[in-house]
Amino acid sequence: MWKNLLDWIEYRIPMMRVAKMHAMEYPAPKNMNFWYVFGFLATIVLVNQIVTGIWLTMSFEPSAERAFASVEYIMREVDYGYIIRYMHSTGASAFFIVVYLHMFRGMLYGSYQKPRELLWLFGMFIYLALMAEAFMGYVLPWGQMSYWGAQVIVSLFGAIPVIGEDLTVWIQGDYVISGATLNRFFALHVIALPLVIVILVFLHIVALHEVGSNNPDGVEVKRKKGSLKEEEKTKFKMHEYYTNKYDIIDDVVPFFPHIVLKDLVAFSVFLLGFCYVLFFKPEMGGYFLEAPNFEIANPLKTPEHIFPVWYFTPFYAILKAVPDKLLGVIAMFAAIVMLALLPWIDRGKVKSWRYRSGIHKYNLIVFAIVFVFLGYLGGTPQEAWKVTASQIATFLYFAFFGLLWLYSKNEKTKPLPERIG
Amino acid sequence: MSNAPVDNSRRRFLTIATSVVGGVGVAGVAVPFIASWNPSAKAKAAGADVEVDISKVEPGQLLRVEWRSKPVWIVRRTPELLAELGKHEELLKDPASDEPQQPEFAKNQYRSLKEEYLVLVGICTHLGCSPQHLKDGAFEEQVEGVPEGFFCPCHGSKFDMAGRVFSGVPAPLNLVVPPYMYIDDNTILIGTQEGAA
Repeated sequence: MWKNLLDWIEYRIPMMRVAKMHAMEYPAPKNMNFWYVFGFLATIVLVNQIVTGIWLTMSFEPSAERAFASVEYIMREVDYGYIIRYMHSTGASAFFIVVYLHMFRGMLYGSYQKPRELLWLFGMFIYLALMAEAFMGYVLPWGQMSYWGAQVIVSLFGAIPVIGEDLTVWIQGDYVISGATLNRFFALHVIALPLVIVILVFLHIVALHEVGSNNPDGVEVKRKKGSLKEEEKTKFKMHEYYTNKYDIIDDVVPFFPHIVLKDLVAFSVFLLGFCYVLFFKPEMGGYFLEAPNFEIANPLKTPEHIFPVWYFTPFYAILKAVPDKLLGVIAMFAAIVMLALLPWIDRGKVKSWRYRSGIHKYNLIVFAIVFVFLGYLGGTPQEAWKVTASQIATFLYFAFFGLLWLYSKNEKTKPLPERIG
Repeated sequence: MSNAPVDNSRRRFLTIATSVVGGVGVAGVAVPFIASWNPSAKAKAAGADVEVDISKVEPGQLLRVEWRSKPVWIVRRTPELLAELGKHEELLKDPASDEPQQPEFAKNQYRSLKEEYLVLVGICTHLGCSPQHLKDGAFEEQVEGVPEGFFCPCHGSKFDMAGRVFSGVPAPLNLVVPPYMYIDDNTILIGTQEGAA
């Protein structure tokens, strides 16, 4: 009976075939370490954002008059409304934590290198869409920081010569940030961008499964057809889609259950931290939800300090470091474009930092420190020394890419192992 | 079915013709979607002119009004303040107001129609925050020797009492002077200037 039903379905849609190809018989390198859990975690957080987001829209009213009050209503009068909202706001920050770690993993192990360039680009597009999504979501509660944060970000477009002014009015739908802006941001936040993100995540995974997962050694597990002896090939049954094209070395495990179970352990650890914040520190000391946002938006009163939420602060520091407005905006976007261009900036053939030169290791570590430091500079009140500090840090940020381009051409690397150790 | 030979040039013509017509259609359909993002008639109406009674503004006082949801400042400057304006011009980025941040009538040292009354849009030209009015020497902390001015708490931009920006701060331009005119000695109309339709 059950078997007949499955056969009936399979004849009409390739359900089991897809499940096997992408889970039960997908070859994943056996040496994937904890750095490889963040993609899974990001997917879980995405689901959390979609589910809690749908529930929030049931009580939220997207208008300048009612938005702030309706958020208070959710917090105080809807049963468990505060939990659902905090799941959503904590999830937003959690999303960026796991995505930043996920991206840094890619940099450590060279996961952006050939043949994974397009995979990396899809990832960068997800990151961009996520930033737009998070920004617009932050505007919706219509608090002081929602309003003034939006003011700062939207006025970035005003720096564009000639069309800047008109473009700003067009984006805002008014001469200032207003209810019209709130309404369109709501539409983009709950419909347009989530759709874009889900589609991009789908493409990201399709591209990943086409080229195969990288691993901490950066040694490809898929080899040319006929290049491996029988005893070197994996003993697991992998899908013909892969085995017909390649010989797969005996260093892989099926994605399900092996990798998924490892991810679930990580998920339980993640949940521990997530729930701690959710229940005990939902504002995270003003980092996840900023204090001025507990006050309703007031166009005539600028908060004493305007900061974006923590996940934007590195780029905000770069914007502020440049004394010229237009150049500052260009530098900020260039900082993101640089990341997207990594597959072409890095001219090295060896992927993992384990087998790359000492200078590469230092470069990566300095980059990580500089990125965090920029985040600190962009998220704390302006002081005289910070102007110079953020200029130096901005220089170092871009120097990472310049240096990488220079030394990667003829880099002294260690010999790669034949197999994964 | 006919066995007439395939006429490739005719097929190509039809492909191009349908593509062009289709493209025009797509562009036409895009118009309402893009145009609907413009300020609505209601928003345009809300952007209408504002009349302000300035008869009760004391010397040295700053009056805040809202025009197009933006803060507009009207400052009644004392003769001492007006005298100050000439003393720190070497510290300014654009002392002569060369950049088009004001109507033509305000392109002078005072950046106003009448010397006494300064009318400014109170939004920093850097990233749109609203600067604070520091007076009675409080501005000395920001610029030595200048007792009064505007200081933006967001990124530290500084402006003098004509809304002119100091050098070495992130704001690139002087504060905007909105179009305005005097209806009579005690009433300013913000949003329209004399001679404009």
